[in-house]
Amino acid sequence: MSRTGQSAVVGSPLELSGRRKIRFDNRYVAPLFITCILLVGHISYGILESWERTAIAIVFAIIAELILGRIFFGKWLNLASAYISGISVGILIRSPALWPYALCSVISMMSKYVLRVKGRHLWNPSNFGICALLLLAPDTVTALSVQWGNFIWPLLVIWVLGSIIIWRAKRFHISATYVISFFAFAFLRSWITGDPWRAEVAPITGPMYQLFVFFMVTDPKTTVRSKTGQCVVAFLVAFAEMLLRLNDVVYAPLYALFIVGPTAMLIDIWWESRARRPDASEAVQPI
Amino acid sequence: MRRGKLARALLILTFVALLVSPLFIKRLSTGGHGATASMDPTASLARFGFHLKEVAQTSGIKFMHQAPTLDRRLNHIMPQVASMGAAVSIADFDRDGWADIYVTNSGEGSKNALFRNMTDGSFKDVAAEMGVADLNELGTGVSMGAAWGDFDNDGYEDLFVYKWGRPELFHSDSGKRFTRVTDKAGLPSWMNANTAIWFDYDRDGLLDLFVGGYYAEDVDLWHLKTTKMMPESFEYAKNGGRKYLFRNLGRGAFEEIGERVGIDTRRWALAAVAADLRGSGNSDLFIANDYGVSELYINDSKRFREMGKQTGVGFSPKSGMNAAVGDILNNGKYSIYVSNISEDGVLIQGNNLWVPKEGTTGESLKFDNMAREMGVEMGGWSWGAQFGDLNNDGTLDLYLVNGYISADRNRSYWYDFSKIAGGNSTIISDAAHWPAMEGRSLSGFQQKRVWLNDGAGRFVDVAQAVGATDTYDGRSVAMADLWNRGVLDIVVANQKGPLLIYQNTAAPENSWVAFELEGRTSNRSAIGAEVRVHWNGKQQVQQVSGGSGFCAQNQRRVHFGLGKNPRIERVEIRWPSGKIQKLETPGVGQVHRIKEEE
Repeated sequence: MSRTGQSAVVGSPLELSGRRKIRFDNRYVAPLFITCILLVGHISYGILESWERTAIAIVFAIIAELILGRIFFGKWLNLASAYISGISVGILIRSPALWPYALCSVISMMSKYVLRVKGRHLWNPSNFGICALLLLAPDTVTALSVQWGNFIWPLLVIWVLGSIIIWRAKRFHISATYVISFFAFAFLRSWITGDPWRAEVAPITGPMYQLFVFFMVTDPKTTVRSKTGQCVVAFLVAFAEMLLRLNDVVYAPLYALFIVGPTAMLIDIWWESRARRPDASEAVQPI
Repeated sequence: MRRGKLARALLILTFVALLVSPLFIKRLSTGGHGATASMDPTASLARFGFHLKEVAQTSGIKFMHQAPTLDRRLNHIMPQVASMGAAVSIADFDRDGWADIYVTNSGEGSKNALFRNMTDGSFKDVAAEMGVADLNELGTGVSMGAAWGDFDNDGYEDLFVYKWGRPELFHSDSGKRFTRVTDKAGLPSWMNANTAIWFDYDRDGLLDLFVGGYYAEDVDLWHLKTTKMMPESFEYAKNGGRKYLFRNLGRGAFEEIGERVGIDTRRWALAAVAADLRGSGNSDLFIANDYGVSELYINDSKRFREMGKQTGVGFSPKSGMNAAVGDILNNGKYSIYVSNISEDGVLIQGNNLWVPKEGTTGESLKFDNMAREMGVEMGGWSWGAQFGDLNNDGTLDLYLVNGYISADRNRSYWYDFSKIAGGNSTIISDAAHWPAMEGRSLSGFQQKRVWLNDGAGRFVDVAQAVGATDTYDGRSVAMADLWNRGVLDIVVANQKGPLLIYQNTAAPENSWVAFELEGRTSNRSAIGAEVRVHWNGKQQVQQVSGGSGFCAQNQRRVHFGLGKNPRIERVEIRWPSGKIQKLETPGVGQVHRIKEEE
């Protein structure tokens, strides 16, 4: 996951010392939110494998971003994106070993620099890193697949706060489209398989989906540019997930985004370059 | 420009290298996993110092476990609800000096078995004539396990059978017959228990009984009032069964004091073990819980304090299914082994080996999970495990059974299981919401683990090489020297499978010594007594256990492997009463029968 609201939306100013104003950069809302989820979840329910593992994931993501940003952009980059990627890896990866946390973070950050087309990276970094580890190290790595605690209210708080933050970042329509599509496809799956509809709905009540819905599918750097396109992609992610679920794929949402996200990005990039072409052709039109 | 291209090429190369690195890491880590191929007995004896041969049938044991058939509203997930009940407990009930085997069954109307050791290599089921067979009558529930302990200090081991249903306590009438004394003892009429151990928590010389509930005790699994009887969470469930501590009042009467002395958890207990973990002289109580964290109850002989988090064992929630202790590092301290679930690509909890942290003891005791470092982490869907020196080389090895539901080999229930496990409590806690299993397997047909301790902090799996080749759904493991040959044999109870007896043949050049203790001031079974053997500059401590592993109990005799050319310097016995008894240079290759000094 890279940062949400990265397009430098400026938040409400806070009045300080009468005249002096400090602007709260919206780029830090998402890191703050995910940190709160992490702290509350771990202190109350012990959601993490351990603090050390999550710390490793964050530190390695930040180091990778610092080094790669310096080499390829010649500057020290803002670390909000790396922090979110690291913390996401720390929460979503489950492994008794330490190395997957470091490796996943580094692969996630590197994917932003390697897998690029026309200056845009294709995969959500942590989605890429997690899927890579799930596919390449299934004997050591799994993803978070159980809920945190038993009560409904922490879940509601996360959904409400997450929705507000996503709304402020102007990406609520993506999450909403995905969630509505998920429920529709859950009922469809229930009808097809004969399993209880609650069993089909169950996954979205878990924390993996909270992170997925608010931080992964909404990533501004790896979503298409038009609002309609974003909704279509979110719908297609849910559809691909349904197909994977019908084939008993455990980490269906992660793989669905892994497949649909970059495909949509490539189409978007191609569409954009095609739209620019007439200008160029006009410039060389013969008299 | 050229520098930029070079940097980009290097970046791509590094990226690809990192992507493939897990494959190399896997290759490197499996390189040290020991012998995966089978070996002939001579070869395994020469290489590992022992060999196992399954001899149940030839020993006259033909026992097949049956699972219960519960309320029809559980039919769609019956294999996973009715997935326990195969258990084995060892005792010399007739005091003839030969270990006997009690095995529970769980089908309605099925019979438990008490295999008397006939001393000629064979066993004979005498459960019916002894009055401990017919415990699974319809309406009374079904057996889940049993624990032996001489609760009235008359010299004969009595028998407690815990059930999903009415628990039963039997008094041994001088090893000739068992008399049901459940009502006199004041036991509850119904519980859904999956663990019970005897230990003398207050050191008054009378064995007390801990019983751990799994499902809540108001649930009758044959007549459900509601299908909301499943765990409310996969990792944080607290809607399980009550925990009981029955204090022995003497004269066959017991008083339930669990909550009063601080054991008031409602987690889903699957295993318990009592051991003096802090060197205080009191037996602390460790509980491995399914759907949650383990608990460690520190005992000051009057009250218990739960210190799981403080000691490090009770933070990360898993699916605890086993609790066994052993001095694996020969440093006089117990480590605790807890089994959990690992399934490639779905759920990697890893088993826990809680090793006391260097320099911590007493109130400051802390544990580190060293399962990965020591090589005993991955055991599939793990169940019962026991420590024992299988090749008599002087270090404790570890035997683990595994496998949940072996049904259709080609269809797995894992996807549906993971789907529901991630759901909110309102969904997961109701059996009606669980997808139907439809004959699918769930971590079935798994290979067992026999981890050989190399004495240098690493265990190596040699199961296939030494002959532990079955793939039944193992539940309960117990170790005993069944034929008095100076080696530990292994008894395995399998869910919906046969009882297996692995006869052990150990390399003759390795010596051993064993002790059978009898308490006087302490409880006569000597449960809780510690034997510390010092030899060749080494030491190892073992205790007489009133139950450990998963629904299991090893022989009361403590068995020490000593390796080649041993010279025992001294042996210290610390009785539950607190008395220390010393033995100077006891002979090797024999069983020493020691009575507590008056």
